[in-house]
Amino acid sequence: MRLFKKRPYISIQKSTSQNGPSVPDGMFEKCPSCKQSVYVKALGQERICPNCHYAFRIRAQERLALTIDPKSFNEWDEMSQPKNPLDFPDYEEKIKNVQISTGLREAVLTGQASFNGLDAAIGIMDSHFIMGSMGQAVGEKITRLFEKATEHSLPVVLFTASGGARMQEGIFSLMQMAKTSAAIKKHSEKGLFYLTVLTDPTTGGVTASFAMLGDIILAEPGALVGFAGKRVIEQTINESLPEDFQLAETVLKNGFIDQIVEREHLRSVISQLLDMHVAPDRSAKEGDYE
Amino acid sequence: MSNVMETVSLARKTDRLNIQDITSTLIEDFIELHGDRLYKDDQAIMGGIGRLNGRAVTVIGNKKGTTLEENMASNFGSAHPEGYRKSLRLMKQAEKFNRPILNFINTSGAYCGVEAEERGQGEAIARNLLEMSDLKVPVLAIILGEGGSGGALALALADEVWMMEYSIYSILSPEGFASILWKDAKRASDAAELMKLTSKDLKDLDVIEHVIPETEGEEWLTKEVIIDRLKKDIDVKLQELTRLSKDDLVKNRYERFRKF
Repeated sequence: MRLFKKRPYISIQKSTSQNGPSVPDGMFEKCPSCKQSVYVKALGQERICPNCHYAFRIRAQERLALTIDPKSFNEWDEMSQPKNPLDFPDYEEKIKNVQISTGLREAVLTGQASFNGLDAAIGIMDSHFIMGSMGQAVGEKITRLFEKATEHSLPVVLFTASGGARMQEGIFSLMQMAKTSAAIKKHSEKGLFYLTVLTDPTTGGVTASFAMLGDIILAEPGALVGFAGKRVIEQTINESLPEDFQLAETVLKNGFIDQIVEREHLRSVISQLLDMHVAPDRSAKEGDYE
Repeated sequence: MSNVMETVSLARKTDRLNIQDITSTLIEDFIELHGDRLYKDDQAIMGGIGRLNGRAVTVIGNKKGTTLEENMASNFGSAHPEGYRKSLRLMKQAEKFNRPILNFINTSGAYCGVEAEERGQGEAIARNLLEMSDLKVPVLAIILGEGGSGGALALALADEVWMMEYSIYSILSPEGFASILWKDAKRASDAAELMKLTSKDLKDLDVIEHVIPETEGEEWLTKEVIIDRLKKDIDVKLQELTRLSKDDLVKNRYERFRKF
């Protein structure tokens, strides 16, 4: 019991605040995946843990800057924002506050952009906006993304990040799963390419609709990908779940993801995939052998 | 208990009109079909073919079970991915043979468990939504008791959605809703008040087309009466839907969900 040991003296800690080394706030961040403290500069612009390669959650604008050709983004439906279809108490105020803190109108950014010169419709969900939850406005923007892409014969690249349905919009949130899936079917029927990139976290109603419907599904390392929440499952089965449960790496093994791609390689993998679908025939033409 | 919470308990009662009643009395010559051809046969969703007023139809529905053994075997109507894949197999089969599809929903939601996740619960539901949006035959969805979350929607992407008077249809159970929003499942009653999950609310919101009465005045209608009326209502609706061209049918279904 060292705690109660009598000491002949009291030690006084020398103050380090004046001359000693100190760590300013925001220089280190804890990796949510491996729990190690990481020097922020070591995360780099891509924000990847140097220790476990977990790709930190980033904002839609950061994603845009990392992924597309500079200045190629043309935003669609930038004015659409959530309504309050069930007159849910305090919802409008919550929206206002989140809009101010994130600078976004809703949890998804949509538009057209180019990847290595190839045009595509692009959607990026942002988990900083009420956990990227899907309500009417999110569903509407994604539906329009696919409808416009169908109209203009464009492929779609969609980065998913969502905690699931927007509870405050109740049944109307549920309907978005049907609406978006139906729009994807039309896009698909036209023979157009849809690429999904699952980022941390992709869960609930988003997983059970557009996230799982890509022709090709990529994921970032360490992303949480699942339908039901871990806590709900633990409560249902009364057991705790393994650490790697619902990690993209596990979902890959289970057969629901095509490939896990590290963030620094995403840009080139995406443009390669787009190229293969937009220009399927780059074979040598007859005359080439003469 | 609030009025709405009473409806929630009524919707969950085990002696309500269920899929077994439907396949034995509403449908003639029902033949049950099993399995998803990929993994196994999920008892939480039963399906098969039969006739309604002489017309061949495919019938699919959640089975909660009436005895404890049945409840356990069917996870109280909460399907695993194989349940949804079975339903999709039967719906595609119906499309091939030009049979209308009747889906009867009674589930608190898709099953939340380790194996359900491992076998792609999200993918299974998503696939149903994608394919159902383009089925070239009439699809009618009827919520018998609980219609919870994506697990219910996976059978409800239909030309029309009907609800029994005392059934519920919602994004999540009131308990789950309260637990997510307020971290307190005990506030389910407060949640139920706000969620607009009764047949009347949802009809007013244009989320469903038709409410099937379970009462008349102060009296509860018997199952026989309800089934008789339902048979007539469905028959009339199928006559109307089968007259549409396949393109119009699919277009109308798209517009039905596009409006939300």
